[in-house]
Amino acid sequence: MELTSHLLSILIWLPVAGGCALLAIGDAGDAGSSRAGAMRVTALAVSLLTLLLSLGLYTGFDGTTAAMQFVERVPWIEAIGASYYLGVDGISVPLILLTTFITPLVVIAGWDTIKSRPAQYFAAFLILEGLMVGVFAALDGLLFYVFWEFMLVPMFLIIGVWGGQRRIYATLKFFLYTFLGSVLMLVSFVYLYLQTGSFDLLGWMDAPVAMQAQKFIFIAFLLAFAVKVPMWPVHTWLPDAHVEAPTGGSVILAAIMLKMGGYGFVRLSLPIVPDASGYFSALMIGLSLVAVVYIGFVALMQKDMKKLIAYSSIAHMGFVTLGFFLLWHISGATGAVLGMQGGMVQMISHGLISGAMFLCVGVLYDRVHSRKIADYGGVANTMPAFAAFFVLFAMANAGLPGTSGFVGEFMVIMASFKANFWIAFFAATTLVLGAAYTLWMIKRVVYGEVANENVAELKDMNRREWLVLGILAVSVLVVGLWPAPLVEMMDPTIQNLIERIALSKLG
Amino acid sequence: MYSYYLAIVLAPLAAAIVAGLFGKQIGRTAAHSVTILGVGIATALSALVLYRFVWGGAESENISVYTWAVTDGLRMEVGFLVDRLTALMMTVVTFVSLMVHVYTIGYMHDDPGYQRFFSYISLFTFAMLMLVMSNNFLQLFFGWEAVGLVSYLLIGFWFKRETAIFANLKAFLVNRVGDFGFILGIAGIVLYTNSLDYAEVFSQADAIAAQSVSVLPGTAWNAMTLICILLFIGAMGKSAQAPLHVWLPDSMEGPTPISALIHAATMVTAGIFMVARMSPLYELSVHALGTVMIIGAITAFFMGLLGIVQNDIKRVVAYSTLSQLGYMTVALGASAYGAAIFHLMTHAFFKALLFLAAGSVIIAMHHEQDIRKMGGIRKYMPITYWTSLIGSLALIGFPGTAGFFSKDLLIEAVADSHWAETDALVYWIAYLSVLLGVFVTALYSFRMFFLVFHGEERMDAETKSHLHETPWVVTVPLILLAIPSAVIGWVTVGPVLFDGYFGEAIVVDHAHDVLAHLGEHWHGALSLVTHAPMTPVFWLAAAGVLVAWFLYLKRPELPGKIRERFQWAYNLLDRKYYFDDLWIRGFAGGGRKLGAFLWKKGDEVVIDGVLVNGTANTVGRLAGVMRQIQTGYLYTYAFAMIIGLTAFLGWLIWLK
Repeated sequence: MELTSHLLSILIWLPVAGGCALLAIGDAGDAGSSRAGAMRVTALAVSLLTLLLSLGLYTGFDGTTAAMQFVERVPWIEAIGASYYLGVDGISVPLILLTTFITPLVVIAGWDTIKSRPAQYFAAFLILEGLMVGVFAALDGLLFYVFWEFMLVPMFLIIGVWGGQRRIYATLKFFLYTFLGSVLMLVSFVYLYLQTGSFDLLGWMDAPVAMQAQKFIFIAFLLAFAVKVPMWPVHTWLPDAHVEAPTGGSVILAAIMLKMGGYGFVRLSLPIVPDASGYFSALMIGLSLVAVVYIGFVALMQKDMKKLIAYSSIAHMGFVTLGFFLLWHISGATGAVLGMQGGMVQMISHGLISGAMFLCVGVLYDRVHSRKIADYGGVANTMPAFAAFFVLFAMANAGLPGTSGFVGEFMVIMASFKANFWIAFFAATTLVLGAAYTLWMIKRVVYGEVANENVAELKDMNRREWLVLGILAVSVLVVGLWPAPLVEMMDPTIQNLIERIALSKLG
Repeated sequence: MYSYYLAIVLAPLAAAIVAGLFGKQIGRTAAHSVTILGVGIATALSALVLYRFVWGGAESENISVYTWAVTDGLRMEVGFLVDRLTALMMTVVTFVSLMVHVYTIGYMHDDPGYQRFFSYISLFTFAMLMLVMSNNFLQLFFGWEAVGLVSYLLIGFWFKRETAIFANLKAFLVNRVGDFGFILGIAGIVLYTNSLDYAEVFSQADAIAAQSVSVLPGTAWNAMTLICILLFIGAMGKSAQAPLHVWLPDSMEGPTPISALIHAATMVTAGIFMVARMSPLYELSVHALGTVMIIGAITAFFMGLLGIVQNDIKRVVAYSTLSQLGYMTVALGASAYGAAIFHLMTHAFFKALLFLAAGSVIIAMHHEQDIRKMGGIRKYMPITYWTSLIGSLALIGFPGTAGFFSKDLLIEAVADSHWAETDALVYWIAYLSVLLGVFVTALYSFRMFFLVFHGEERMDAETKSHLHETPWVVTVPLILLAIPSAVIGWVTVGPVLFDGYFGEAIVVDHAHDVLAHLGEHWHGALSLVTHAPMTPVFWLAAAGVLVAWFLYLKRPELPGKIRERFQWAYNLLDRKYYFDDLWIRGFAGGGRKLGAFLWKKGDEVVIDGVLVNGTANTVGRLAGVMRQIQTGYLYTYAFAMIIGLTAFLGWLIWLK
């Protein structure tokens, strides 16, 4: 009883405390030292314990209601009515589970590849995990904002310290982009606070807001969230950040941090300013389709595997925003829920697939120290097991049915056709474009004759890599073959959200 | 029967998983044993299912296996619809697959990827069964894409070859263009019915056909026409109809057993099957049927012509497959769905046979595929020779062979179809294509046959000294496929086409029902065979064989002269009507250029250069200016204050 009533707090603060402890113990020195080994084991233990505990969210979750569950609320800064207010519903639980699921994999993936300052590296990921769970669980605007901004710090350090050659440029671009976006979100929060006298997110959802104000708030939110997603044209920080980030950083960035943007739209924009969301929905759909088509073509021409996957992420996240903003353009009785479900499933699926793709590139990078497609060729000759995994994830990335990548895209395309033929038309181009950029890369990297000495000397995956990619492969297939549990968990919340949107805040 | 159906799909899947994941541990023999066992179970049970329909009076079954997801009132399920159409497809697929499994033991004998290959072909069998046994559009799409995946993996099986990995990427992408249309078609169905279930969708078919949709402003299309054409775009990809046919000839880069199984007998017929399965929808749109008919006619005739100039033994058979798929498509357009499926079945046998026979020759020739370097192989490989002859005769429709019954009646159905009255242009394009196609088919088939098996022995002495018949694992499947190619028409033509074998599995509008009309004059298989010499089809085929004999055996110097005389025509055929250039240089090349443009100009110059770094630079410059002002000297600040105060006062006064 005690455990479930504070479960969210535990999920936030356990990894943060674990990370701080690692920092406090301090520099582990040489990565091969026994002390560094103990650090790694500690980090893994903390992340696994967090994962184990987070399963309580799944088992204890009541999937029949849209109400907030596992609620914790204590006064925080009473003078301004801010409280430490946590709670989850059907759209936040899957994202929290995704976070607690991916983090141990990242710890394992960094096991012996991080040579410098391993303690700090693992500490950064643990702290980041707690903060990300905090974003998904916060129901107080100020608390949300604090988690949202603090989350940048560990990621900033991960790229800045363990990153590649141009890491300073990339971190600066990453930080400025995301920070500038979220400052305007804070301004909106302050406005909403002044209107309602509290930072209660659920209260904000019920508060009437005039149309003009809604529009301003929507644009402020849009800047914050569009940068995170990222949506065209504020996406150019992402390829740079990914290229410079270490593998683990890329995985967390793609798998979870991008989801913050999508989460922001469903948690804040749609329920708090529903009328403005409708007003701008055509713009949002347009930008989403630009992401799918324009970015699909750009991804095709990338010469760097990480950049290619980064662009592919932008295109796939286009389906998320597309699914969220379709409902104003659907005149029939059904389709709105389907589109939003599709967007949500796409977020979870993309978390798994993009994480797996970056880990695959990491496996190659650890051996050859190059991300360039041209430096590879014929990897399947020397790494057959790895090739099988890479091809599987590539197919998932191309939306093959039976993998998770198909589920969300299918739902969104179905819903798009209910809105307009041409929306569905441009959305469906992903079938061709997604396959083209992903499989062309596979052709050049995995297939063919052994291209050079580096490839000839490649050793196939070790046990650690098998474990990580194997777990992800199973997850991708399970979600693809049986998405029902995920869909059912989210359904009441999404229906409730759509009913809420239908009730205008203007009347 | 539910457990039987599950066993039919899961046995090959389980075998594929075992051979794929544990191939190294269990070894080669165990790998082929377990997959043959899996497919053998599926074959036996499929035959049982068919038996129960034909002689047991079984009713069709519609069963849900599990719910994939439900949201927004849309049930997405996995389930089986097993009716007479399905049972026939299941039997053909599993039987050909079993033959190919056995054959592969011989063909892939020395290949290091032996276990992987068996795993793939068993996985293919699973995917194809899921496709044909589906009771809903979601699973149909799953099977559709899954067979595409296995096709991709198998075309690129020899992944070191640049040509193979080019061909498999091309195949996958061209199929994806088709699937692009297909998924939009499914989305259209969901728009109007909010259901993916066949039975539910079919029951609402009239309601869909009553809707009109405005895709382009100012146009009003029938919703059913739009949906059916979109679905058919998917079929054009999978069943390689022009202009989405370009992937199939290149798919010959894959090992020969899969050319027989996937790219001749089963996967490529998925589009034909799909349209037949959707007959309750297609029957409601004459425009869609007309489109199907024209596309099929173009493919049937023009792809056949290309077979005449090919020199690779497998590519000749591949173009022949394209042309025959065109025939089936024409039959669909003529609402003779039964004739299309019947031709699909006979074609599966004789085309698998022809491919496997070609493979047998290729083994004996030590992987030489150029027919110009063959000749006179007849006496070295008697079993391959005779089975090839049966396959070729069936292909050209020699009276009495399986291909004769299916093709002859297919052409009669087109000749007798309602299009003669409803649209003369469509009618004549289709009818002339299938009729002249008979001559072309006979010409390219026997050109190849004579060049390979008869005439001068053109191979080098080294090859000739090793030339001998292939082992029993190769020849037994040839014989087992030759038997149905020769005789299956006699026993099946009446029941399948005229005695209502398909029952309610296929729905035909009464006004379109050409097979019912032909059935009124049906006097049995023997009568059809004896009347054959009185039909133009017979004489066109005979003329084709005769011309082939004259040009390639009697006067072998003539083809070269003809080619010189009509160089432009030869170039046109040799370059495959320039479709490859259109796709590769036009679409793929154009896509790459567009991608490079958007990346270099859009992202790097406009967004990063002007917007992002431009903003940053402007901020930097402004900051620089501001910094200049903050000099730290008191007099500059005082000066600024005075100017500011003056300006402020001036503004107040001016306002007054």
